[in-house]
Amino acid sequence: MDLSYGVENESFRAEVKAFLKEAWKPLDDQGGVLKGPALKAFIKGFRHQAVERGYLYRGIPKRYGGSEQAADVMKAQIIREAFAAARAPMEVSGNGINMLVPTLLDRGEEWQREMFVRPTVEGEFNWAQGYSEPGSGSDLASVRTRAELINGEWVINGSKIWTSQGDRCQYMFALVRTEPEAAKHAGISYLLIDLRQPGVTIRPLRQMTGEAGFSEIFFDNAKTPADWIVGRPGEGWQVSRTTLKHERASIGSADRGVELLGKLVELARKAQRFGRPAIEDREIRQDLAAFEGWVLAQKYTAYRQFSLAADGKEAGIVGLLNKLYTTDIGHEAARIAQELIADEALLMPAIPGPGVRRGDEKWLDQVMGSLGVAIAGGASNIQRNIISERGLGLPRDLALQGE
Amino acid sequence: MKFHLSEEQELIQDSIRRTLEDACPPERRRAIIATDDDFDPVVWQALMELGVGGLSLPTEHGGSGLGLLDAALAMEIVGYQGSPAPLLGHLLAGLALAGSDNEAAKAKYLPGLADGSLIGAFAVGDGWEPASWTPTVSGNMVSGVVRFVGGAARAGLFVVGIQGGGLVAVESGEGVSIASVATSDPTRPLSTVTFANAPCTPLGDADLGQKVFDAGLVLLAADALGGAQRCLDLSVDYAKTREQFGVIIGQFQAVKHQLANMALEVEPARALVWYAAYAADAGLPDSSRVAAQAKAHLADRFTSVTRAAVQAHGGIGYTWEYDLQLWFRRALFDRAYLGAPSLHRERAAVMAGW
Repeated sequence: MDLSYGVENESFRAEVKAFLKEAWKPLDDQGGVLKGPALKAFIKGFRHQAVERGYLYRGIPKRYGGSEQAADVMKAQIIREAFAAARAPMEVSGNGINMLVPTLLDRGEEWQREMFVRPTVEGEFNWAQGYSEPGSGSDLASVRTRAELINGEWVINGSKIWTSQGDRCQYMFALVRTEPEAAKHAGISYLLIDLRQPGVTIRPLRQMTGEAGFSEIFFDNAKTPADWIVGRPGEGWQVSRTTLKHERASIGSADRGVELLGKLVELARKAQRFGRPAIEDREIRQDLAAFEGWVLAQKYTAYRQFSLAADGKEAGIVGLLNKLYTTDIGHEAARIAQELIADEALLMPAIPGPGVRRGDEKWLDQVMGSLGVAIAGGASNIQRNIISERGLGLPRDLALQGE
Repeated sequence: MKFHLSEEQELIQDSIRRTLEDACPPERRRAIIATDDDFDPVVWQALMELGVGGLSLPTEHGGSGLGLLDAALAMEIVGYQGSPAPLLGHLLAGLALAGSDNEAAKAKYLPGLADGSLIGAFAVGDGWEPASWTPTVSGNMVSGVVRFVGGAARAGLFVVGIQGGGLVAVESGEGVSIASVATSDPTRPLSTVTFANAPCTPLGDADLGQKVFDAGLVLLAADALGGAQRCLDLSVDYAKTREQFGVIIGQFQAVKHQLANMALEVEPARALVWYAAYAADAGLPDSSRVAAQAKAHLADRFTSVTRAAVQAHGGIGYTWEYDLQLWFRRALFDRAYLGAPSLHRERAAVMAGW
């Protein structure tokens, strides 16, 4: 075991840091920090330079705006660390870059890649994920939103739900039923849809925290060209399962747990319990230390997965545990936070925004948000199915054996 | 950067596992523990022939010169196999000598500890923490009563924790009397050892005492990891073969989810044990704290997983005949020995400046 990066990698780190020192200066003529459109333009230019140097979009070919680098887990990690330390922006985030782009690179037509990948990489196209429906959650392959090919166009009817930032997206990649006669999984196609058309209604979906981070999207004879399909009709299920060999694919991260621990300790120093700082309370100290035990295990497990990936080895069951483990960390942080904020939990936290001051009741965002984490991207009970079937080799559930 | 086991380390673990499977199959384990003894010459010889006794001892005194990590990996397999052997005390006695600057004592005892011809025992008390050790040294004699000493009956050398947190070495014989106690974990029977003006050799002060104590926490965490993994494996195997309602029970979601939850406790904890051992070997500033956290976390995981394993088995898991109860008892040991999770969490809190 050796947690140092080695001479060659450290010299790469020095190179990245030197670049950041030179290129990441989001300052105006007076030396103040850039704002608004000026900042946006600066970031765009900065990302271009970082791509030129091979630091961003490493898995994406140059002709689509990527830097086309050989996969190197160590270098990718060093880049992440150096950018984080310099507080410099990395790649644009979102479903487009995370899900659609790898799918197009693997299964898309050449014209589709040319049309969609670069603007997505540049942050000009924002994509909604059109998977879940009101009647199709964990049983995703039961989607009922349908599309029919009429006069050279797909005509789409139905609705999608839980689309993150749906109101800010111009496009959607969606799983829709195109072959109603086919078996469940074989009747689905992967369509690309322009959301800016009369047949599409986007309604914000208010979640239990009071905010609306998701949307419900309704299709009423909405249309998309016949060739805006990835893969052939009926192949949508497999297309959506496309996972590329990504530099950080499936490596867990303890960043969130480490951050939560730090914030809980800070809260415990400030909060009072039985007339003394809560951090001096035996029960709270035990809770925090036990929580730290879970977080440390997650942190070193992330090291382990990183090390295995760098060595070109499979992580095995440990990779299947990441989502559920992160979820449980969130639940436990919520429990301790509620203990610490005590009566402040009786207050409704204000929606965050400029000029809004919030007290300890703001922890209710995490308390409730941890429930969302438990559901999004595969609910905890589905994770347990995956762990037991793929990780422990147990048979499929009785009800799912035909699937 | 490398934070997974090397092929050599995996091979060492594999050969210890196979050796213990041969030297100590379940029937033999039952026979050994029925004798109220933790020593079996066949098992001991098998472990020592693999060099387990000297893994982390210096090469100039007959050891392999490896680190605590390698000792912990061996301990994990012993925990997985549930093999009766007074290995914990033996390894800690060796580490105490290895860390000592008493060259005469090193030359005298280390070769025997490395090849296992001299059995070491670790004797600390009343409390577990170095600050609460009570035996006193007067001249070159030590006196005091220490409960819960493993391997005492066979030990040739006791490493004794003394008032102030230092360590001394005491040879068995003069001034040393041993009374065995009925022990909840029959694979690791314990004794009360009374030192009455027993001749002793100083090994080191409180720094050494703390270092060896911390190593003990890491080794117990490793043992708990192996034990917890065994309970998970036993439960998964059982779920794949036991039939109820006409199907194997591993097909029921309730059972699958319980087993998935057990895996969630065991597998991520592995890297915490590795890090705790690595931190000790690399002399990292957080090594003492992470040893405490590893011991606390793994002891809780082992406890929780053994309880879940009994449930996953149903009636058979609650019988004396089925071996699962042995790991349940080993979990009792790993949890309490050298201090309960709550003690180490409080220590970790103090060390964090909370």
